[in-house]
Parts: sequence; structure tokens; C-alpha cells
Amino acid sequence: MTSEPGAAPIISIENVTRRFGESVVAVDDVSLDIREGEFFALLGPSGCGKTTLLRMIAGFETLTSGTIRIDGQDIVGVPPNKRPVNMVFQSYAVFPHMTVADNVGYGLKVTGVSKGNRAGMVEEALGLVQLDGLGGRKPDQLSGGQRQRVALARALVKRPKVLLLDEPLSALDAKLREAMQLELVRLQHSVGITFVIVTHDQSEALSMADRIAVMESGKVRQVAPPAELYEYPTNRFVADFIGKMNLFEGRAEAGANGVLNVDVAGLGTISVPSQDTVSGSVGIAVRPEKMRLLSDQPDPSMISVAGTVSEVAYLGNESHVYVETEAGLKLNIVVKNDTRTVEPAVKLGDQRWAAWAPGDTLVLRE
Amino acid sequence: MANGPGMFRRRNPVGPLEYTRRAWVRLFLLGTFVFLYVPIGTLMIYSFNDSRRNIVWRGFTTKYYEKAWNNDGLIEAFTNSLTIAFFSTIFATVLGAMVAVFLWRFRFPFKAPYEGAMALPIVIPEICMGVALMAFFSRVGWPSGLPWPINLSSITIAHIAFSFPFVAVIVRARLVGFNRELEEAARDLGANEWRTFWDVLVPYMRPGLVAGALMAFTLSLDDFVITFFTSGPETVTFPVKVYSMVRFSVTPEINAASTILIVITVALTVIAMWLQGRAQAADKKRK
Repeated sequence: MTSEPGAAPIISIENVTRRFGESVVAVDDVSLDIREGEFFALLGPSGCGKTTLLRMIAGFETLTSGTIRIDGQDIVGVPPNKRPVNMVFQSYAVFPHMTVADNVGYGLKVTGVSKGNRAGMVEEALGLVQLDGLGGRKPDQLSGGQRQRVALARALVKRPKVLLLDEPLSALDAKLREAMQLELVRLQHSVGITFVIVTHDQSEALSMADRIAVMESGKVRQVAPPAELYEYPTNRFVADFIGKMNLFEGRAEAGANGVLNVDVAGLGTISVPSQDTVSGSVGIAVRPEKMRLLSDQPDPSMISVAGTVSEVAYLGNESHVYVETEAGLKLNIVVKNDTRTVEPAVKLGDQRWAAWAPGDTLVLRE
Repeated sequence: MANGPGMFRRRNPVGPLEYTRRAWVRLFLLGTFVFLYVPIGTLMIYSFNDSRRNIVWRGFTTKYYEKAWNNDGLIEAFTNSLTIAFFSTIFATVLGAMVAVFLWRFRFPFKAPYEGAMALPIVIPEICMGVALMAFFSRVGWPSGLPWPINLSSITIAHIAFSFPFVAVIVRARLVGFNRELEEAARDLGANEWRTFWDVLVPYMRPGLVAGALMAFTLSLDDFVITFFTSGPETVTFPVKVYSMVRFSVTPEINAASTILIVITVALTVIAMWLQGRAQAADKKRK
């Protein structure tokens, strides 16, 4: 269902800024294209402006400057009830005084769909979210998960061009959340509507979205598909925010043949393959699971450093081992526990080598 | 645990928070109850007393209810009271609800003083309100001697003035728990502001509106002080009539009439409290 890059954007956000008062900039000059039919996630820590941006698309927040186009139409100044988007609210906002069927049918009723036509559409929408036969219930007779399905059906029955979801899974318990993640993806594939989801949970974004925009203090820091975001973050914030990362500061000097020489305090000068010719201060990043923990010094084709094991966190399937070098660098290494044993593979105070392939090293300019 | 051999067998000891199991607490509760309800109970019992003087119990009768029913002056006063209560309730409820929604919905300069001023009539001594309203009506030259029921207009206006703040306070308290996302959801689904107000906000306010209306009704029905200052000889309400009857002698007829008023007021108050309690229970369940 994902459309190819280059497909016409269904939502196009251009230089959008939102200020609250003089000093607070909630959204800072954001430009984004969301493609038709994709599952798009706005990811970031709380207060990064992701919800404000979503509410701007829905029409509940005004823009200080910039434009937002939905399907080519400029919607700045258009009231929320006239926009071709629908929203699933964080609290679900299911109308407590109406039955499930009346909730789902409300959006059709206020736009003048006749009672006869409504019944069939409501039935179909309830089937879509697997609430068949519960139309006569009142919201207080439903579980949290069921209420969320009502909110989903109520929005989807309007056949919006874009469905907006504001932290839809945050109120569910862990098991239900995981099931709902899969179901949202299934639902999005079957209806083919563009979904835009706001979340602070990176695993949620990585597992559901086709593309993710990572936001920090009102700015978009990177927009990429999940794997690209994880393996090729373009700046320190994204590298650190998504997953775990070993980050060092260094000074780069352009070398020959696509190799960059970086001087890192405590590691010496390392050579990493790089297409860019950067010089000056850079961030060097390596994922913990890309690192090896070795007893002996590896051959020089690997980048390696010796140190003492300072912490071991046993997690069952894997252990997180921290190695401290003499120069004071602290490296986090993931060791897979792929042999059945109760003897710890590493103990505190062990002398080990941490090593990784040069190709697994990231050079971050920002 | 403490029932080993050789130990005294004791009943459950009184726990630190089980106040109602202490004798002096029970005595206190009983004392306050007697203090409150003996006069009212006596009044109600003596309404069935078969005696003109109403001092000694002389047997059961319902003839004073009959007598009260046949007292044209009393019935007229009662009709006036109901009419005034009916109209003042409608206006006070609408006005009070509007004030509550305004205070809840909008930010404006001097909002806090305004909100305080709205609640002031609740604490102003009634006698002052009564004098002030009397002065106001005579100052503006409010017409008197008009045909019924227009001659009740000044009392009705006075009643609206002192009862709508109660409605506003009740509805405002209800609105505090409102989830603004419900309103946004309705807008998002295609409803305009007016439609959203009627489809989402009003149903949510309903328990507060009903409770407020019943409150306004009972306040109007049994008000004496303010009514006394704003009523004329032609517009006697039930409490004012009872007062004038008592000045000659306390007959079981007055007891009977008062009993009916007590029953009506208590019933309405119970309904109002029950409705509010039910709405709160439903909210709690939802969360």
C-alpha cells in the first residue's frame, strides 16, 4: 500500500511555525510531505511539538506562519468540521451519552446522511474494528480497548483522506498495545487511508510506520523509513533517541579513497569508510549490538579498544555489558546469550576487548 | 490471635477509626438528630391532632388537611407560590447555565472578580436582598395592581435574582469534569459550534441543570424574607400567608399546610441529590 517516493503528497506542510506568546516556539519552521496511503509517524519526546503539529492538521491549533495543504487544498483558516481529515483522540473522546452505534453514526448524521444509509455504514465500520453486535451498548459498558475501537470506527466511517491518531496506544496495557499495533497496520492496509500517528514510543513508531519524522524542540530532525532511521541517523539527537548508541566526540580529517580519519580521544585515530569529506568536529556512533566483546586483541581490520568490564545487566535473551577503558570511555556492548548456560560469560573486572567493523561506524556531522 | 488459653476472651476491640462504635459518639449523633427533627416531627404529628388549640393530643384526624384545602386564601397563596416558582425556575436555570458556560468557556479581563460577584447573592443576608429589591422596584416605579399572573412579576424577578447564582454554581461544578476532547471530537466529525453545544455540552450538563432547577424551585417555593419585601396585598405567597395566619393563632390547619410544603421540598431536594449522585457515579465508572 505504501506509495513510491515521488508520489503526490496528501499532506504538504510548508515552513509551519507556531509560537505561544513571545518565547515559546512549539513548532519551528517545519516542512514535511506525507504521501498518500502511507503510515506516517511523528515521533519525539514530550514537548517536542508533535501533538501541536497534528492538531494544526486537524484544525484545533492555529499557525503563526506557513501553510498546510491537504490534497492540494490550502486548509489554513478552514474550521475543523470542514476538513477532510478525522482524528482519534488520546482520551478516545467517545460520547458517553450515546450508544456505540450513535457514536459511530454521529459524523454521518451531522453531515446529513439519511438514517437509512447510516445504519449500513455504521454496521460496516463496526465490523472493520471487530465490534460487530455491540452497537447497542453504552460506552461505560465497554473496556478501554473497545472504546478505542469505537473512536477508530467513528473516524473511519467518514472515509477521511487522512486519519490522525494522537498517542492512540498510550492508555492501553503492554499486551493489548502490542496487539493493537499489529491491528492498526492491518486496518490501514485494508482501508488504504493515510494514517498519521503521534507517539513518544520509538518501538511503536518503528514497528508500525512506513516513514517516521523525529522531532525535537519544535524542529524535524530526520524523516526516514524505520530501518534507515535506525542504521543511518543523520544527527546526534536521532542517533541517541532511537535505540541505544555509543557516542564519541572526535575530529575528522579527510583521507583518501573514501576513507575518513577521525581522531577520537581514548580510541586514537580510527579510519572509517565515508562518502562525505568532512573535517572538524564530528560525532562517532556505534550500535551496542554491532560491537563484539573479545578476550584477545582482534586483527587490525577491526577497530578495537581494551577495557575493564564495569557493569553487566542480564536480560535473559541478551546481556548488556559495559566496558570502561583506561581513558575513561564507557562502551555499551550487547552480548547474545545464544548458548544454554547458567555460568556468566563475563564477570565484573574481566579484561576484555571491545571491537567493531569500520563499516558499522557512523559519522555524525550535526 | 489473642485468644490463647489463659487470656480473656474479648470481643473485637474498637479500632482507631471506628468512631461510631464509641458510646459518646453515638450519644452525640442522637443528640443532634433530636435537636434537628423533634420540632419538625412535632409539627407534622400535630397536623393530625383533633384539637383546635393544638396543645394537647386529642386523637387522630385528617380534617385539618381538608380545612386547609377549603381555605381559599391559602389555596390562592399556594397557587401563587407554584406559579412564581415555575417561572423563576425556568429563567434562573437558563441564566445560571449561561453564566456557568461563560465562566467555564472564556477567558476575559476581571474574570475572577466577576465569578466572585456572581456567587455573592448566596452569602448576602436575605434581609438586605429583600430591602434592596423593594427599594429597586419602588424606585423604577414597577407597576402594581396588574391582572394575575403579571402581578407576580416583581416577586418572580426577585426570585430569579437570588436563585440563579445557585444554578450557576452547580452547573459550573459539573463542567469542571468535562473533557474538552469530546467537543473537539464533535467538531472533527463535522458538527459546527452550535451543534456541538447541543449534542455534546448540553447532554453533559443535564444532571447539573436538573439539580440546579430543582434547587431554584425549592428556594423559590419556600422563600419568605425576600418575598415579604416584594409582595403586595394581592400577591401573597404561601410562606407569607402562613406567617399572617400564625399571627392570630397556631391552628392544626397551618401544621397541615406546612407539612405539605415540607414534603414537597424534601422530595425535590432528594431527587436533585440523587440525580447528581448518579451522574457522579457514572463519571467515576467511566474513568
